[in-house]
Amino acid sequence: MNQPASAYFLEDRHDPNETHTLSVLVANEPGVLARVIGLFSGRGYNIESLTVSETESQKHVSRITIVTTGTPMVIQQIKHQLDRMIPVYRVVDMTLTGRAIERELAMVKVRGGGDNRVETLRLADAFRARVIDATTESFVFEITGNSSKISQFIDLMRPLGLVEVSRTGVAAIGRGPEGM
Amino acid sequence: MSETSSHNPNQMTGAAMIVRALADHGIKHIFGYPGGAVLPIYDEIFQQDKVEHILVRHEQGAGHAAEGYARSTGKPGVVLVTSGPGATNMVTPLTDALMDSIPLVCITGQVPTHLIGNDAFQECDTVGITRPCTKHNWLVRNVNDLAKVLHEAFYVATTGRPGPVVVDVPKDVQFATGTYHPPRKSDVHVSYAPRVKGDAAQIRKAVALLAGAKRPVIYTGGGVINSGVEASKLLRELVEATGFPITSTLMGLGAYPASGANWLGMLGMHGTYEANMAMHDCDVMLCVGARFDDRITGRTDAFSPNSKKIHIDIDPSSINKNIRVDVPIIGDCGNVLGDILQVFKAEAKKPDIKTWWQQIAAWKARNSLAYKKNNDVILPQFAIQRLFEATRGHDTYITTEVGQHQMWAAQFFGFEKPHRWMTSGGLGTMGYGLPAALGVQVAHRDSLVVDIAGDASVQMTMQEMATAVQYELPIKIFILNNQYMGMVRQWQQLLHGNRLSHSYTEAMPDFVKLAEAYGGVGLQVFKPGDLDGALQEMIKVRKPVLFDCRVAALENCFPMIPSGKAHNEMLLPAEANDEATAAAFAGGKALV
Ligand SMILES: Cc1ncc(C[n+]2csc(CCOP(=O)(O)OP(=O)(O)O)c2C)c(N)n1
Ligand SMILES: [Mg+2]
Repeated sequence: MNQPASAYFLEDRHDPNETHTLSVLVANEPGVLARVIGLFSGRGYNIESLTVSETESQKHVSRITIVTTGTPMVIQQIKHQLDRMIPVYRVVDMTLTGRAIERELAMVKVRGGGDNRVETLRLADAFRARVIDATTESFVFEITGNSSKISQFIDLMRPLGLVEVSRTGVAAIGRGPEGM
Repeated sequence: MSETSSHNPNQMTGAAMIVRALADHGIKHIFGYPGGAVLPIYDEIFQQDKVEHILVRHEQGAGHAAEGYARSTGKPGVVLVTSGPGATNMVTPLTDALMDSIPLVCITGQVPTHLIGNDAFQECDTVGITRPCTKHNWLVRNVNDLAKVLHEAFYVATTGRPGPVVVDVPKDVQFATGTYHPPRKSDVHVSYAPRVKGDAAQIRKAVALLAGAKRPVIYTGGGVINSGVEASKLLRELVEATGFPITSTLMGLGAYPASGANWLGMLGMHGTYEANMAMHDCDVMLCVGARFDDRITGRTDAFSPNSKKIHIDIDPSSINKNIRVDVPIIGDCGNVLGDILQVFKAEAKKPDIKTWWQQIAAWKARNSLAYKKNNDVILPQFAIQRLFEATRGHDTYITTEVGQHQMWAAQFFGFEKPHRWMTSGGLGTMGYGLPAALGVQVAHRDSLVVDIAGDASVQMTMQEMATAVQYELPIKIFILNNQYMGMVRQWQQLLHGNRLSHSYTEAMPDFVKLAEAYGGVGLQVFKPGDLDGALQEMIKVRKPVLFDCRVAALENCFPMIPSGKAHNEMLLPAEANDEATAAAFAGGKALV
């Protein structure tokens, strides 16, 4: 077709994007997170969310949960690229297992008075958000749930005086008795 | 040496551990350049004679020399450089080695641990900078971790898909005393376990496809070379057993002999017509240790549209990266080839592919590497052919720089054995060939080592001529001097309206005088008739040679798959007149 002259083959790929949640078990050693993040930035993969913490301290194992988007071929690449890193023990595609529970925690600060205050509390109650700090003119709510529920709550708080949000990113775990 | 060694022989300084580990891994040569942050290690090197240190003139040279050493021996290449600029000068060879899967162990000095993060003199974030250009890297903060890390470094570099690693050692760790241990299995991360053996069910599927093929092709790459000499042997047996045609990437040349009956020549952008057409029209493709790189596939949506593809690779991330395959087999090429061969011999017989061979013969008859003879000027293709003839009967190793000369070398020099061809394929690093030749010659003192060079590339690492002279390494730098960055000029001609922006080299040095200035030998040839004699002289001299072979300035490298085109849309030399070329590259501003 009419592509500009180039030493490379310039082509558009039109495969639809998918969103996948990956759980990655890694040796908890200096630089390991930088390796994972560097892989994503270096190869142009998306990170929608990333959480990491040591989960088995005696074994120095950390669990990284990454939510990413890409074509099916790119998602497969991401998993292989992660898996071949030396400190990576396992990569599990939680989305493919179809049996994963995903949760995120957010703290949401809302400022306002009068009727808004009542409305804010009413909505928080409906979303099972807990008040963890309050002043005469503000609340801080703690809310857990899947990401879309949290986003929805935040959207509702916006006209009521949303000040700021701190979100943890997604953590995921499989249902049933087996570990990953 | 430290006095503490009197009671426990494994008590030693970090610097001593490094030299000891090299010896324990059978390393005979290292390439390096000293500086403040590695002086304790250099002091240890001075006091022993197990490991010979080759002093280069630029750290990049050390890196490429180690690559040449590794690629020609199958053993890891080892580099020792200082912190800061020493480490950053290694970034190009590390990236080169990563792209071409070459096992390198690079030890870098670092500022003392208490100064890390302080912008200390010659400090840089070596592990940060080299993280994306190594298979793995380590910063060692405690001398008692050093032995383990060094052993793991060798293991990681040389197993699985080989690659470069960096061990960054702060100066205080080099001075500190700790406990050394010889290599042991537990030195390696349990999370690192490359798969060597192919899945038996997949191998059966592959054999079934091979046995039923009507238009098969075997497409091999650098993985076969990396897998070791045995893999090439098995590959040849498989070709013999199946009777299939075989082509290879740039990196895989020599795995199957160029004189072999089933050889189609190299494939890809500058590959032969028959190789690319066979790839396009085949019904079964067996890809062994290659990675469907963009220089190979052309337009991916038109790549070999009607074939079932089998892909053997030790690196799962190579599978389905660019091209979807039907039967992936994760494992070491040699190991899997052995299994395929065994199952094939036991359960299948040679498929009848006579009509396919007839088709291939018709493609071959197009003579896609043909060029017009010339009695007045030396054509670069002719020069390589004469070099090839002149070196027959010698124990020859070839390295190259990057550009047209590299492609002509791949097209016209026939490689009969693996590990004889060292070229920068993935990264395409100009300046690779001269230091790589040096490394090859260190490993093979009595062999003939020739760098097929371009006039522009060779000036990027020319300073290593001094290293060659110092260590009496009689490398032969055969420069196809067209006075241009020929490959750039070719693209400008074909794609950018012949606007030759900054691709002509004015003020070309006098290579003969330059050779002499270094203490080597300079040769220069202008006429085709003088070439053979000069080549004989070059081979005879037991000194480093710069051979200034003046070739036709404007020759283009054909055949060629134009950008955005498929394998069956190649431009052949015979057809590459102005209109055909214009039509082949239609669509760009080049044609304005
Ligand atoms: C370090 C580096 N810089 C730039 C390039 C881009 N490049 C590729 S080929 C080439 C020209 C090489 O010229 P020469 O060595 O004379 O070889 P020729 O093509 O003329 O045979 C250039 C500049 C490269 N490959 N490597
Ligand atoms: Mg040139």
